Amino acid sequence: MENMSEEYAHINGWGVDADPENEPTYPMKKYTGDDHRRLNYERPQLQPETVEVLHSNERPGVSAVFGTSVPPSGLSGIVRRYSFKYSEGSFGHWIPLLLADRINVVEGIIDDFKRGHIPNILAEKGWKAEWKYNRSGAVKKILVAAAVTTALVLWLSRKKKKSLI
Amino acid sequence: MLAMNYRGPYRIRADYNMPYPEILHPRDAIIRVTRSCICGSDLHLYHGLVPDTRVGTTFGHEFTGIVEEVGPDVHNLKKGDHVLVPFNIACGGCPFCKQELFGNCHESNPEATAVGGIFGYSHTAGGYDGGQAEYVRVPYADIGPVVIPADMDADDAVLLTDVVPTGYQAAEMAGIKKGDTVVVFGAGPIGIMAARCAWLFGAGRVIVIDHIEYRLEFARHYAPCEAYNFRSLEDPVLFIKKTTGYFGADVCIDAVGCEAAGSAMQTITGRKLMLQAGSATALHWAINSVKKGGIVSIVGVYGPTGNLIPIGNVVNKGITIRANQASVKRLLPRLIEHVQAGRINPRELVSHKVPLEEVSDAYHIFSSKLDNCIKTILVPPSAR
Repeated sequence: MENMSEEYAHINGWGVDADPENEPTYPMKKYTGDDHRRLNYERPQLQPETVEVLHSNERPGVSAVFGTSVPPSGLSGIVRRYSFKYSEGSFGHWIPLLLADRINVVEGIIDDFKRGHIPNILAEKGWKAEWKYNRSGAVKKILVAAAVTTALVLWLSRKKKKSLI
Repeated sequence: MLAMNYRGPYRIRADYNMPYPEILHPRDAIIRVTRSCICGSDLHLYHGLVPDTRVGTTFGHEFTGIVEEVGPDVHNLKKGDHVLVPFNIACGGCPFCKQELFGNCHESNPEATAVGGIFGYSHTAGGYDGGQAEYVRVPYADIGPVVIPADMDADDAVLLTDVVPTGYQAAEMAGIKKGDTVVVFGAGPIGIMAARCAWLFGAGRVIVIDHIEYRLEFARHYAPCEAYNFRSLEDPVLFIKKTTGYFGADVCIDAVGCEAAGSAMQTITGRKLMLQAGSATALHWAINSVKKGGIVSIVGVYGPTGNLIPIGNVVNKGITIRANQASVKRLLPRLIEHVQAGRINPRELVSHKVPLEEVSDAYHIFSSKLDNCIKTILVPPSAR
């Protein structure tokens, strides 16, 4: 930091109005000048990579620690790996990740069945609480769902009859 | 072990077959959870709005617990300590941590550079399992966790992991001058806490805007403050202008984030079609309601792509925007003092205490704002 004046001596007036008190990020940040050392700091010990960890292409590698929950797998994993070819500033990164999340939901249901678990989707959606605290809303939702299903069934059966003729 | 298990948007379950966490790094600790909260930002995950939220992960970034095991490089904690754990995972040694930006650590999240590691907040925030479980792995346990003072209530302590620091930092970033008029958009726990903390910085008038009547009523008494339902205001921006003598608020705080109501266009493009990173209605109002040369402080959570906000007005009005994830570790010493002195009473925010086994119902109640829900604490079986 002390040498910066010399470094920029060729620029007339460099830093004459610098005011350390004028720190717009204070009090969020206690400015130390470490920013200008960039990534040349002593890194913590690195966590062994025991599972596949995707990392942003805006950094040279994985961080010293990371979560190991649910490594990428299946079709959603393929889409996730593809998305990490794009930077965080690109829709090419985020849109495929959202797509992968939706694929992953289907994979989750298949996985449940594979393990012999039939997911109780109503319970997972908190329908017990809906019934207890918002019964009229719950009844309305059931009636709407029943009406839509009935209409759909009627429409499909009518089409079927027509095609038979 | 028992833990919350995400299965897809609006679908979660309490799962007894989740794996126990392990020490994976010398600075790790394993914590037996005593309290964990559902945060408003967990709802963004629950609603499927955060990219890279994988099926099978456990949410929860607000939790306290008993230290069960520590890695060989953790010397400041011992088995049996009851700790509160900041929601940010921070190494303490990178340039950002060294400058007290503990919410922006560079060594805790491989998947994204725009956000530091956060417990149970998708792979976009590092892929860590969270605290809505019986046990949780805590990386950098020598930096983050703080032993809960003996005289502190456990419910107060768990709210010091996120709600209190985030609300406090919202007011702190707002650069409030004595006598300032502060408008807080959002009467969720964070907005209510921001309104309470605005007084600590010398605000002269505090106004909260939301559309959930029971929360506005709570804010009126808790903060205390003026609180208005934007559904009954023709135009919230015009209301703020009129009530400040057509000048604008000195400070506006966005404590809503990406699921704001109030604008059909924002709701359709942001929340329904996902053409932007959520609905930015609150931020839009904040920018337009603040005075020229005013400050907008953002703690509401937004997605990583982009949002429709009136950036031209930011330029033309000379507005300063300040935003960050709360730097919990930096703020904790002062906030513990505030709680011990009775200046802040976090546990008054808690409206529901629910067994962890009923996590599906707890999320639905919080998400749908049933039963006058403000803040929910999940309690694992071993802590009851």
